[in-house]
Amino acid sequence: MDVKAIRSQFPILNQEINGRSLVYLDSAATSQKPSSVIEAINSYYQLNNSNVHRGVHTLGSRATDQYEGAREKVRAFIHARSTEEVIFTRGTTTAINTVAYSFGNRNLSPGDEIVLTPMEHHSNIIPWQQVAKVTGATLKYIPLQSDGTVTLEDVKETITTNTKIVAMTHVSNVLGTINPIKEVADIAHENGAIIVVDGAQAIPHMAVDVQALNCDFYAFSGHKMCGPTGIGVLYGKKALLEEMEPVEFGGEMIDFVDLYDSTWKELPWKFEGGTPIIAGAIGLGAAIDFLNTIGMDNITKHETELVTYAMQQLKTINGIEIYGPENRAGLITFNLVDVHPHDTATVLDAEGVAVRAGHHCAQPLMKWLDVTATARASFYLYNTKDDLDRFISSLQRAKEFFGDVF
Amino acid sequence: MSFDNLDTLYRQVIMDHYKNPRNRGSFDQESLTIDMNNPTCGDRIQIHLLVEDDIVKDAKFEGEGCSISLSSASMMTQAIKGKTTQEALNMSKAFSEMMLGNDVDTEDMDLGDIEALQGVAKFPARIKCATLSWKAMEKGIDK
Repeated sequence: MDVKAIRSQFPILNQEINGRSLVYLDSAATSQKPSSVIEAINSYYQLNNSNVHRGVHTLGSRATDQYEGAREKVRAFIHARSTEEVIFTRGTTTAINTVAYSFGNRNLSPGDEIVLTPMEHHSNIIPWQQVAKVTGATLKYIPLQSDGTVTLEDVKETITTNTKIVAMTHVSNVLGTINPIKEVADIAHENGAIIVVDGAQAIPHMAVDVQALNCDFYAFSGHKMCGPTGIGVLYGKKALLEEMEPVEFGGEMIDFVDLYDSTWKELPWKFEGGTPIIAGAIGLGAAIDFLNTIGMDNITKHETELVTYAMQQLKTINGIEIYGPENRAGLITFNLVDVHPHDTATVLDAEGVAVRAGHHCAQPLMKWLDVTATARASFYLYNTKDDLDRFISSLQRAKEFFGDVF
Repeated sequence: MSFDNLDTLYRQVIMDHYKNPRNRGSFDQESLTIDMNNPTCGDRIQIHLLVEDDIVKDAKFEGEGCSISLSSASMMTQAIKGKTTQEALNMSKAFSEMMLGNDVDTEDMDLGDIEALQGVAKFPARIKCATLSWKAMEKGIDK
């Protein structure tokens, strides 16, 4: 993989921040976008902009072809059986909320259980809290091991025949834990439950095959995988989606409308009320093309090399706490002892190094880690070992800086 | 920018307040208590005020946070002690202006150590850290 050539396709990386060349280590929050994605959105607006699925004019057909073409790209990328199973949403949050409202609120009742893990992002906790409030179902959490992983024994222990929904992240945005989704899906299915997977941190970094995982729903965002913000995907098994009611009603999603009742379009459009996110979907399609030319396995391999190197280097720094398991996806969450992560991130920023500091939308996990906040460096296909060396040396400087002033 | 600016942000006096916070704790008697969150990082701060006849008799704070939010809380509790509630609110207004990088006429008020926080204005991402305890104080007085 030619990282130098890849970097040259990301115009934003070629700039100085505070007098130093930018080192972007916050891709878990949002990835940068290659020129091909920016260009695809641009040319859609400059040449083909029109509403989709209506009208007979040429622009309308072009826009519809591009929009539906993007859906086919997503289908192939995640190995779904059919494009009927690929619903465009605003992002992961909207995708999970769609399942919570449409499936959860209608199928759960008191006595039923929703099983989660404490490592979930807020977007995979709060929708289920709401479902529990509306339906009287209870929330149960699979306990975490001290390294931030779950064991299949605990999964089997927690999921019972009362469990109707298992909601789990594929990759933790804080710990980097990679969860055994296929095995958990099997356990869920043996107990008559469905599994909803938050794939936001997995799909940008590894090959995902929803049929091989045998998950019932898989949600992800475009903007973390080189695509634009405001577009995401809900994958769902057709048999389940067909039984579900739309959550948004209005234009685009209807078949026939009468004064007192209406019927819905077939899948996937019944879940896409209103003018869809056309440019966003086209941008996501371009992002998938881009990732495919590099190859997801190559991306995973590159990130594994980076995270292994970074872990080795970080361990040479005294007074650093690293959270999460040894075997992890391409991100490292950490704290310098006696330095608040905000202060760490400010010093790194002064050196041109962008990292995240805060609770990472995972407050229950912060409580489990017994910290109020942490710093996080996350890697992607455009990061290099040089980036990591800059990161490590600015961490050293942060340590010196705060060591001096105290 | 780099380290010169960082030195402005993290001046000695700020670090002193962070390491040796003044007025940390709570009161035995009943007091005005306000909880405030910094939603960007999850830091939580609690301000306790003893207000009698529109005068801030005493002020304390509890909570966790970064050097900027804790030192600001420490300085704020120091500065408003003995002031009328109106004076405290005026100081808060002046502090907000300072954080926006605007010139503030501080002749009539004794901001003391607080002026050390002026450098925060150059770090937009950190302004909320500095204003957190002030917003909590304002909320308490408005009650």
